[in-house]
Amino acid sequence: MPLYLNDDQAMLQDSARDFISGEAPVSHLREFRDKNCKDGFGHALWKQFGEMGFTGILVSEEDGGLGLGNVEAGVVLEEIGRNLTPSPFLTTSVVGVEALNAAGKDMRDRWLPGILSGETVLGVAIDESIKHRPENIAMKAERSGNGFKLNGKKQFVIQGASADMLIVAARTGGSAGETDGLTVFAVEKDAAGLSAESARLVDSAMAAHVEFDNVEVNADAVIGEVDQGWDVLTRMLRAGRVGSAAEAVGVGSGAMDITFEYLKQRKQFGTLIGAFQALQHRAAHLYSEMEVARSAVLKAQQLLDEGSAGAELMVSVAKAKAGRATNLAVREGVQMHGGIGMTDEYDIGLYMKRDRALAEFMGDANYHANRVAEMNGY
Amino acid sequence: MSDLETFRAETRDWLAANCPAEMREPVRDDDDVCWGGRNWTFKNDAQKAWLDACVAKGYTVPEWPEPYGGAGLSPAEGKVLKQEMARISARIPLSSFGIWMLGPALLQFGTEEQKVHYLNQIAQGKIRWCQGYSEPGSGSDLVSLQTYGEDKGDHWIVNGQKVWTSYADKADWIFCLVRTDKNDKYRGISFLLFDMASEGVSTKPILLISGNSPFCETFFDDVKVPKEQLVGELNRGWDVAKYLLGHEREMISNMGGGDGSGSLGKAVKPVLGTDAMGRLDEPVLRAQLAELDVDGLAFKAMAERFMDELKTKKNHPATPNMMKYVGTELNKRRHELVMSAGGSEALEWESEDSGEGAKSRGWLRTKANSIEGGTSEVMLNVISKRILEMPDG
Repeated sequence: MPLYLNDDQAMLQDSARDFISGEAPVSHLREFRDKNCKDGFGHALWKQFGEMGFTGILVSEEDGGLGLGNVEAGVVLEEIGRNLTPSPFLTTSVVGVEALNAAGKDMRDRWLPGILSGETVLGVAIDESIKHRPENIAMKAERSGNGFKLNGKKQFVIQGASADMLIVAARTGGSAGETDGLTVFAVEKDAAGLSAESARLVDSAMAAHVEFDNVEVNADAVIGEVDQGWDVLTRMLRAGRVGSAAEAVGVGSGAMDITFEYLKQRKQFGTLIGAFQALQHRAAHLYSEMEVARSAVLKAQQLLDEGSAGAELMVSVAKAKAGRATNLAVREGVQMHGGIGMTDEYDIGLYMKRDRALAEFMGDANYHANRVAEMNGY
Repeated sequence: MSDLETFRAETRDWLAANCPAEMREPVRDDDDVCWGGRNWTFKNDAQKAWLDACVAKGYTVPEWPEPYGGAGLSPAEGKVLKQEMARISARIPLSSFGIWMLGPALLQFGTEEQKVHYLNQIAQGKIRWCQGYSEPGSGSDLVSLQTYGEDKGDHWIVNGQKVWTSYADKADWIFCLVRTDKNDKYRGISFLLFDMASEGVSTKPILLISGNSPFCETFFDDVKVPKEQLVGELNRGWDVAKYLLGHEREMISNMGGGDGSGSLGKAVKPVLGTDAMGRLDEPVLRAQLAELDVDGLAFKAMAERFMDELKTKKNHPATPNMMKYVGTELNKRRHELVMSAGGSEALEWESEDSGEGAKSRGWLRTKANSIEGGTSEVMLNVISKRILEMPDG
């Protein structure tokens, strides 16, 4: 498979680009931030995502979706990144759907139609510490009656307080640090003993600290097999990591574009500042880094969609590289804008905030560079 | 089975039958790399057999058309062949500036007669080529070159000096930029081919910081060059040169994250040792090696994307400059870490154990990567002006 978008994917890109930049440009984010929206995203836009078919990209055709892959989901995510669009797409239609794809038919029938129509929002509850360490999950799920009783805390659950259902990874056996003994559960928002406290993040997204106090779920709330949740979690993590890498490439590209535009219109010393070689070389370096990142992300998406054994390594390469390159893009972006780069009025600062939040989602560049070293055996 | 899968199966069989076991071993010495040419001495029978097999099949230049010595493979088939060769670690049968640089320029600018004549010789490894571009006063500012060809009717008389001519002392022929009109800076240059055995050509190797001499000074003293050895139009050699530089940059950039440059961290682990967790016992170096792996694998993806896009002409024409910039900087970084991980042993310059200083000499050699074929600074200028369309000062 050649390493560029095929014709269908390029068409999807055109329509996603037109739709998202038309309906949800950066001003859309500002609107939701300024009205202090408790969800941090727009339900009307989410329904439009459903109408466009985006919400069903990773849902199989049998379940009413488009049956496409990570490349196509990435096409949409890149445009979300470029426009800083607040959207449940990554958690619901990528990570959430990947979990549900591993679930039984009853559960898929229960949740997928609402996702397809852009009504249902899912939250993903994995992290328990300030850094992403999924292998260290300690939250307990003890057998109780016909089901399980969940006790513990999760954090950095994006849009967790607005979610209709949380996908929760908890320990039914083994101990922290082991991959055996994990189980993935679907927990409905009104379950007794479940409480979510939201905080607004630096990028205006809402993220919840979620507490589970003797939350009872039935056996049919289990996604995949009991104690074998690592398999489900791995699917979720791969899709979420490569997806957030794709979104990061969009954030970096968006930051880069507005910065280069600025270099071409700002005059100092009687000349356009983009004519200064000191800035030109940095701009060219940044462009190169973003192209490398973009290539790594596409390669990882293709390998995942092919079911290749090399996908795991490349997913971490992609998340690490996209993280580094996008961080460079937003830092250079603010610096090259000069004083106005520090103002709330200009968008470049919003890109910097989004990059920071996205970097932490499912492991930052340090975490993934370390994983690459581990997978390469050193 | 799809056509491509059939081709893959056939290729696999052909390689199994034709690629000798010795040619699947890693390259250890300079003479393990076959450059061909009039004066080439094959290191062993296997090297010759592998070249002969590939020449007969058109696999030294698989995607060139058959009349020019290639196999006429489609881009997709070419990729499959590359993958299958990599799978068995097959060596490249023939390394050649003719294949990487001159050939593509001839395909684009040569007459039919020139194509049939020169491309077949290149494909068969009969002529080893060198490149006459840089001059003592014309490095990054290549277009200021002064080597002059005086029009003598049916031939030119060429006088001047080139520098940094790779393997000029071993080459059979040169492709050379020569000024044929002194009044026009850009449109006064022509692209000539001539025999290095011509009267008036002399070479002098340049000793580098690596202790090796891959480059020469090349002198032309009244060298006679027949007019039919002009490629492209008279005085429009700059177009050919730019096109060819694109291929040179592509070639140099591939040295960075390209084939055979697997994980350095993995390779140095047995030497450096590990902690109780099985991690390299040098945490800061380990982190740098991890970042190198990330960048190396990401670059490899970019190289693959670049080659795929090239075949459908999706690339911006200045993309090779970006590839060259990123690839060479990465390769320099890699060799800094080779030295760091190699510790005091890597310092050995003359000893059998060190392969006569392979690491230290290799490390120093890479410093030229971001200078030869256009410096990193020139690459950044080109990216900035041609891709990003930044304003002129």
